[in-house]
Amino acid sequence: MSVLKRYIEIKKRNASISWKIAKKSKTYYYFLAPYASLFFLFYVLPVVASLFLSFTYYNVLEPPKFIGIQNYINLILADDVFLIAVKNTFLIAVITGPIGYLAAFIFAWFINELPRYLKAFAVVIFYAPTISGQVYLIWSIIFSGDAYGYINAFLLNLGIISQPILWLTNPQYMLTIVIIVTLWMSLGTGFLAFVAGLQGIDKSQYEAGYIDGIKNRWQELWYITLPNMKPMLLFGAVMTITQSFGVADVPMALTGFPSTDYATQTVVTHLIDYGSVRFEMGYAAAIATILFVTMILCNKVIQAFLRRVGT
Amino acid sequence: MEKIAMKKKLRIRRSKPNRSLTGDLGVNFILIFFGVFMAFPLVYAINSAFKPLDEIFIYPPRLFVKNPTMDNFQDLLVIMGKSWVPFTRYLFNTVFITAVGTAGHLIISSMGAYVLAKYNFPGSRAFFNLVVVALMFSGYVTAIPNYLIMSKIGWVDTYWAIIVPAFASPMGLFLMKQYMEGIPDVLIEAAKIDGAREWRIFSRIVLPVVKPAWLTLMIFSVQGLWNTKASNFIYSEELKTLPYALQQILSGGIARAGVGSAVSLVMMIVPITVFIVAESNILETMASSGIKD
Repeated sequence: MSVLKRYIEIKKRNASISWKIAKKSKTYYYFLAPYASLFFLFYVLPVVASLFLSFTYYNVLEPPKFIGIQNYINLILADDVFLIAVKNTFLIAVITGPIGYLAAFIFAWFINELPRYLKAFAVVIFYAPTISGQVYLIWSIIFSGDAYGYINAFLLNLGIISQPILWLTNPQYMLTIVIIVTLWMSLGTGFLAFVAGLQGIDKSQYEAGYIDGIKNRWQELWYITLPNMKPMLLFGAVMTITQSFGVADVPMALTGFPSTDYATQTVVTHLIDYGSVRFEMGYAAAIATILFVTMILCNKVIQAFLRRVGT
Repeated sequence: MEKIAMKKKLRIRRSKPNRSLTGDLGVNFILIFFGVFMAFPLVYAINSAFKPLDEIFIYPPRLFVKNPTMDNFQDLLVIMGKSWVPFTRYLFNTVFITAVGTAGHLIISSMGAYVLAKYNFPGSRAFFNLVVVALMFSGYVTAIPNYLIMSKIGWVDTYWAIIVPAFASPMGLFLMKQYMEGIPDVLIEAAKIDGAREWRIFSRIVLPVVKPAWLTLMIFSVQGLWNTKASNFIYSEELKTLPYALQQILSGGIARAGVGSAVSLVMMIVPITVFIVAESNILETMASSGIKD
């Protein structure tokens, strides 16, 4: 009993201390208030509502009916396609996530060494796949299944194949193509953030490092650049996680929806299938929740890892 | 000892230290190799927009245009002229949404990011973690709750349904906060000793220092809002956005293939211009001593 009492007392004291600090930091709350209020209304509230929906049967027309964890049970035990989707998503995320992240950093770092005008030009070129909107659709022309597709035309001309290959409808190739295109588009948000971050590093640190005995570009990277870039690296990691687990537009645009044999079904396309085709919003919300939890866990692991950089 | 130090200092002044020629060559080779790969969509998009119809369907397909023509753009103008709502209206809608949304987003999220990055107050860490986590929830599922909220406020079928949520996009706050962590506390404390209030420190000292971050954020925001179709929230034809209208043109299918490539090029012009202008400004900002401690 007394332990509990003490615990409550400590909590109370802590709360009153926080309250005093909070009163003192009124200005900070004023600064945060506009963002916080909009954020709660338009981001937190819908997410909370979706979490609630995941425990219901909700077909958009009738009011949601509470069914406990039935959605989750069905998802894991009875939905074969979901397992395919999970497998594909993990495969895509494990390949495109780390490679895309490293590539974004390495290219930003390399480009940062170029003279100024060349630098601006190179950034434009490398960001082109992201800036040009839905331009990844040209991959559907490149990999088109008839002889007009660039790859088919090229291989036919060389005589390597005798008839066009159905790149986008043959399950044998589909996932590989989706991974290639996703990789090609992966120099997005993280890349630009890295470019901006590199720009913010004080140049005199490099000179000081040189005098202190740093010999080559790798040592410079590890001891000066990376520690300075830590906040941006964290940002890039989170963006990479959300992008690589959320792959949906590319497979839908290239291989169709639903794809042959669900060969490129991902968790998010599965979710779209239930959410906007079958109108089983409760089930779709359960899928989203599972994805959400996976991403949060993944983020925890990566953040713990990034904390060690440069030490 | 002094001689070596002098020599080193000279070398710094003359060229970049810590770089070998082989390394530089290797780096440039890699950049050129992948650059060609990355530039492909731009080259393709520009070339197809100027291709006459017979070249679009030529076999074997050719990347570069042989007889460039403006036909596709003329066709686009003709189709635009025939639309029910004047085409300038679609353009206005998208420009308005993009401009207001981006401006509000920059101001509101950098204000929030500033206090989260530089001060510790009750709830600050928890709030920031919430923002990061919010990035990870799939937008497809929140569409319905979002719609219900909009209809409760009465913003369905207005610009605000698109603009106001864009103000609070979690990514912007996250990016700004991460960048602002790099500002030395000394800089802010010095300003405080000089008697500056928080708002003045924020607008006169913090914002100029984080210029690369807010220009980057501007790129992301413009890119996102410019391409918004907003078909969830907007029904009135005269409020619809440019991407939506252009998508209607594209739904003509194969017959509109030429116009389609012109459309893609037209849609790219604004984000790319903003991108190039912002990016060259970012690369101009030389971080000099005094910014870092």
